[in-house]
Amino acid sequence: MPKAKVNGVEVEFEPGMTVLQVAELAGNEIPRFCYHERLSIAGNCRMCLVEVKPGPPKPQASCALPAAEGQEIFTDTPLVKKAREGVMEFLLINHPLDCPICDQGGECDLQDQAVGYGRDASRYAENKRAVEEKNMGPTIKTFMTRCIQCTRCVRFVTEVAGVPEIGLTGRGEDVEIGTYLEQAVTSELSGNVNDLCPVGALTHRPWSFNYRPWELRKTETVDVMDALGSNIRADYRGPEVMRVLPRVNDAVNEEWLSDRSRYAVDGLMRQRLDRPYVRVGGKLKPASWAEAFDTIAQRMQGVAAERVGVIAGDLQDAESMKAALDLFGSMGVTNLDCRQDGAQIGVGQREGYLFNSTLAGIEDADAVLLIGTDPRKEAPLLNARLRKIWLAGKAQIGVIGEQADLSYDYAWLGEGVKALKDIKKSAFAEVLKNAQRPAVIIGMGALARADGAAVLKLAADAAKAFGVVKDGWNGFNVLHTAAGRVAGLDLGFVPGEGGLDVPGMVEAAGKGALDVLFLMGADEIDMSRLGRAFVVYMGSHGDAGAQRADVILPGAAYTEKPGFYVNTEGRVQLAERVVFAKGEAKEDWAVLRALSERLGRTLPYDTLADLRARLLAEHPTFGRVDYVAPSAALDLAKLGAKGEVSDLPFVSLIRDPYLTNPIARASVTMAELSALRSPVRALAAE
Amino acid sequence: MFQRIGQAVKGAMLLDFVGAWGLAFRYMLRPKATINYPFERGPLSPRFRGEHALRRYPSGEERCIACKLCEAICPAQAITIEAEPRDDGSRRTTRYDIDMVKCIYCGLCQEACPVDAIVEGPNMEFTTETREELLYDKEKLLANGDRWERELARNLELDAPYR
Repeated sequence: MPKAKVNGVEVEFEPGMTVLQVAELAGNEIPRFCYHERLSIAGNCRMCLVEVKPGPPKPQASCALPAAEGQEIFTDTPLVKKAREGVMEFLLINHPLDCPICDQGGECDLQDQAVGYGRDASRYAENKRAVEEKNMGPTIKTFMTRCIQCTRCVRFVTEVAGVPEIGLTGRGEDVEIGTYLEQAVTSELSGNVNDLCPVGALTHRPWSFNYRPWELRKTETVDVMDALGSNIRADYRGPEVMRVLPRVNDAVNEEWLSDRSRYAVDGLMRQRLDRPYVRVGGKLKPASWAEAFDTIAQRMQGVAAERVGVIAGDLQDAESMKAALDLFGSMGVTNLDCRQDGAQIGVGQREGYLFNSTLAGIEDADAVLLIGTDPRKEAPLLNARLRKIWLAGKAQIGVIGEQADLSYDYAWLGEGVKALKDIKKSAFAEVLKNAQRPAVIIGMGALARADGAAVLKLAADAAKAFGVVKDGWNGFNVLHTAAGRVAGLDLGFVPGEGGLDVPGMVEAAGKGALDVLFLMGADEIDMSRLGRAFVVYMGSHGDAGAQRADVILPGAAYTEKPGFYVNTEGRVQLAERVVFAKGEAKEDWAVLRALSERLGRTLPYDTLADLRARLLAEHPTFGRVDYVAPSAALDLAKLGAKGEVSDLPFVSLIRDPYLTNPIARASVTMAELSALRSPVRALAAE
Repeated sequence: MFQRIGQAVKGAMLLDFVGAWGLAFRYMLRPKATINYPFERGPLSPRFRGEHALRRYPSGEERCIACKLCEAICPAQAITIEAEPRDDGSRRTTRYDIDMVKCIYCGLCQEACPVDAIVEGPNMEFTTETREELLYDKEKLLANGDRWERELARNLELDAPYR
């Protein structure tokens, strides 16, 4: 490896690194505004000036200068200091001194670096320039006078998000960041530009003026808005989660976060179930915990186990599902299901329902076939990765399903089963055949239907034919849409011997064959078809399930309980309690533990630690956090089941990506984003 | 022996009494040091740190912009602020509370304020009958500002040359 000297200290570096990276490698901090590790290099802020020998006798922008063998880099000479002071002075010419009303104040790169590298006083007495505000939609608040034209936002939306809607127009004094067409940014990753902005020009609109960074306390936890399990940091003040920011995890979310994961948190303070309710005379009446448990116990008395059903929702943590399994298992209930969308998956080998290539590993694929999935809606950060490899020309992408705008070009092979059957005859077959590392991503649009198992079989056959699973490469991927799904399948939260699945339970309830239905945060089933069944709803938000329920047991939302979540790769991640549950609500496992005592089947654990010990003993896959086991040999021939397939097109289950779960539906910001997407605009009465 | 005789002579002549009378008569003729408070008041420095007030601009617009610097610097953590955008989009507080019982009247809040909104005025006569009345909210502080604005503005002006 080549060597260079940084301030007289010799360091080895990898070929291709820039001078800035080499200097950082040697432990020197280089101030910068426009340079960002995950974006292309622009070199337009000039803050990263250093002296380099050999070279011209002037400071050079280190972010855009390739390091070379034998180079001498100086980061702390008087010349460099003077150059940085000069650049800072120029940047501050037009930057307003309104830090007290700026939301970036306290976590502002410009503020910090002006203190660290700038002059002590201003020599500028002329007028500053003012720039008009831009409307960039419900997530981005602009204050364009503060902009220092680093173009990080432009590069992000162009390169990562794939919606080139922000740009730099004009020259010199007139240069402005704006949306070319006076429209809102339509990206599902738009919140990231607010994080990227080194000054307060772009800030988070939903949280504007609500907090100061220094008054927030921080907890690192895991997101549940999609099945990727993005790593997040939830910042809270008192009982309220004020904001959610991404944590860096290259294996999962890099350092981005989708708008749904980021801005749905205002839903955590709305529509909350904060006390138990019991339906009396057709109306839900506030009740005490004891009354609620008594009502359930009375109703369940003498009800046969096969007339009881349990459905676990999309946001459940593993602990609560384990407690439900233990409680209802001890009663002999077999009507258990965690797949409320009715996906025909989860039996057999664990690799059969995982994203085996791993999220980071999908970047090694050179041909990707998407079956019945719209990753842009279901997992925006996976879509960003697919765009990344497409943009680099490393992979070609084929789609069977909807012809959605995925922010990259793809070969569309057809909309349903027919295209999947004829895949070998299609033009894309050649691409898959020639690929070294072909990958298939099969989504819930293809699996969550009555013939899902047969479709899975077809997809597995196609995958086998193209060598998707081979030595050292497993490209067979299932993309889930629910954060709690893989944990549920790992625990075996599926119908037992003779048990009913979700569509079966709904039908049985409608026909009167099911007496008691226990919904654990399950809101996506058709509540109008449940007939006269006695519905117990345990969850955090007053949504469809709570409206239909006969007894409501208030539970904790994902920021209010510690718990295991398993993402679509099979990566176990630990969520932490950020704030306490609202009102009288309790953590879900504790509710089940209390209920079990009233039902006379006391669960054998009193603390979460006991429950976890039992969980780990029975399911060792939960033992290693943030770890994906290397995928075992997957026998594709055993996946799915032969059967009749209908020719209905594959349609992604997510119709509105901003209203996918009760928390998002309670969020004002999500409602705004959703309204923006909908083709029907609300008209004011005129 | 001589000492004891001397003491007895002094005692017999009532010298201590006479000295004390002399002192008392001397002070009787001098001008009085006390004032007839509350009808008379001593001078007060423009820097006196009394009861808090939130000031307004001459246009009637409140000065406070919810930057929360006073909340951050308050050593007694007596200030609580919540903010959100007002209907016209400007940054304003929805809640500005000072716990006057916690407050140690150090004046750091007015030092931190970039817009001279929170100030400690010359008023020191704000005793109350209940503790709750000393938990000031935004309304009370703004009313204080309106009541004391003339004095507050004069004090700031007088102190300005030394800042």
